[in-house]
Amino acid sequence: MLNYDLVVVGGGPAGMAAALKAKECGVESIIVLERAETLGGILEQCIHTGFGLHYFGEELSGPEYAAKFIAQVEETDIVVKTDTMVLDIDENNVVTAVNKNDGLLKIQAKAIILAMGCRERPRGALEITGSRASGIMTAGTAQKYVNIDGYMPGKKVVILGSGDIGLIMARRLTLEGAEVKVVCELMPYSGGLTRNIVQCLDDFGIPLRLSTTVVETHGKERLEGVTIAQVDDKLQPIESTKEYIECDTLMLSVGLIPENELTKNVGIGIDRITNGAVVDEMRQTDHKGVFACGNVLHVHDLVDYVTLESQIAGKGAADYIAGKADPAPVYVNTTTGNGVRYLVPQRVNVNNKEDIKLYFRVGQIYKNAKVVLECDGKVISSKKKVKLAPGEMENVIIPADVLASMSSDSSIVVKVEE
Amino acid sequence: MKRELTCVACPLGCSVTVEYTENEVLSVTGNTCKRGEAYAKTEITNPTRSLTSSVKVNGGMHPVVPVKSDKPVPKDMLFECMKVINGTCVDAPVSIGQVIISNILDTGADIVATNID
Repeated sequence: MLNYDLVVVGGGPAGMAAALKAKECGVESIIVLERAETLGGILEQCIHTGFGLHYFGEELSGPEYAAKFIAQVEETDIVVKTDTMVLDIDENNVVTAVNKNDGLLKIQAKAIILAMGCRERPRGALEITGSRASGIMTAGTAQKYVNIDGYMPGKKVVILGSGDIGLIMARRLTLEGAEVKVVCELMPYSGGLTRNIVQCLDDFGIPLRLSTTVVETHGKERLEGVTIAQVDDKLQPIESTKEYIECDTLMLSVGLIPENELTKNVGIGIDRITNGAVVDEMRQTDHKGVFACGNVLHVHDLVDYVTLESQIAGKGAADYIAGKADPAPVYVNTTTGNGVRYLVPQRVNVNNKEDIKLYFRVGQIYKNAKVVLECDGKVISSKKKVKLAPGEMENVIIPADVLASMSSDSSIVVKVEE
Repeated sequence: MKRELTCVACPLGCSVTVEYTENEVLSVTGNTCKRGEAYAKTEITNPTRSLTSSVKVNGGMHPVVPVKSDKPVPKDMLFECMKVINGTCVDAPVSIGQVIISNILDTGADIVATNID
């Protein structure tokens, strides 16, 4: 049995930022367990730019953003094991992992930080009929084939889902010579950033069809085409609008799901909306000494915010290990009001002496609406926002002096007022 | 001549209308800030785009290494630049920031590696 103060599961931007912060806060022995060949996580295949605008003030590609943290990790005594898969975490914070060199590893941790990121929703989870021909894959898989393995997955492409991954890959494939025929989006609005609609679709004349989905795939060995259809306001396909589109590749960009098998296996409480753990303001789950950050906690839009959140978790773990955590926390749950889909953290310790930032997403697009924070029935802040969208994470701050006046019976509500 | 475009300078994505002749931009309306005005003017007179792609590697850990243009290149030269990038091969080891293609097609932009290999 190995012993480490802190075990970090996942060496992407979340894991690295958390480990570095914990080291900075004085944690002595830290090990990062990463299943891929290198640190960097999903950033390694995100070769487009736009990362680091907030955190570094530079417009970097994914690998460049990751490289800055990899360099910092290499300057510390943080132990990194790559090609290492964590199989299990138990109630006593014993982590079981495996790799070719060490075989089976059992590590007793004082604290654990979960930073496993997320996976993409696959075709199997969608109601698309048809045989399992080749040429049907998620946008992230296509991204890996093109950017890491150097393969073109196909020549005539239909994309389902207008989230950023789908848009980015529409551009990537077009630049590499494929014909991207259409991007279909189930909702009446796109989930991606406007800059991506312009630079990935408009620039190349790729049509975006809203309120449209793929209902069937055709082709036995290899995809030959898809049937698309418009949907009604209950998101159900309208028979009379069915249309056949010839293609050899269907790329799916239909949702990211936090990878919480380890979390669920050990019985940690999960939020049904985020699909990530329920946490407090230090990102500690309902298991003592187990923290979560990054996409495994809730799917982020900007890696800059992943870094900031993971630093909170790193500090939280460091305080816990040093015995500095509050021995008698007073928790108040955060409540979603009108228009707010979820809040992270789901609960806060009102003994906190510092401001607490709450992150959230709205459930639909709002124009010229107000984001209102109400504590114990009193409006604490009311901010006018020209635009709110589900695809863009927002935040509000609970000031320290407001926390100081709260007790276990208090309420914290974030809502949208039109 | 008149054109409507969506500004990408910030997440607001304002709808901007530009009136222009062959020689100059006459007016920019619909923007809510100066960055929008600047973006609209550039989009009409000399639209540019950042280019990111990958280049074949010999003897590296992976078959390709990701690259980017260190400055935006003219939008209408994207596909020509891609031809040059796809005809290029680099020997490992590759370091971040290493110039793979200098001054691509005389645009003034270098194509540089964004990861190691």
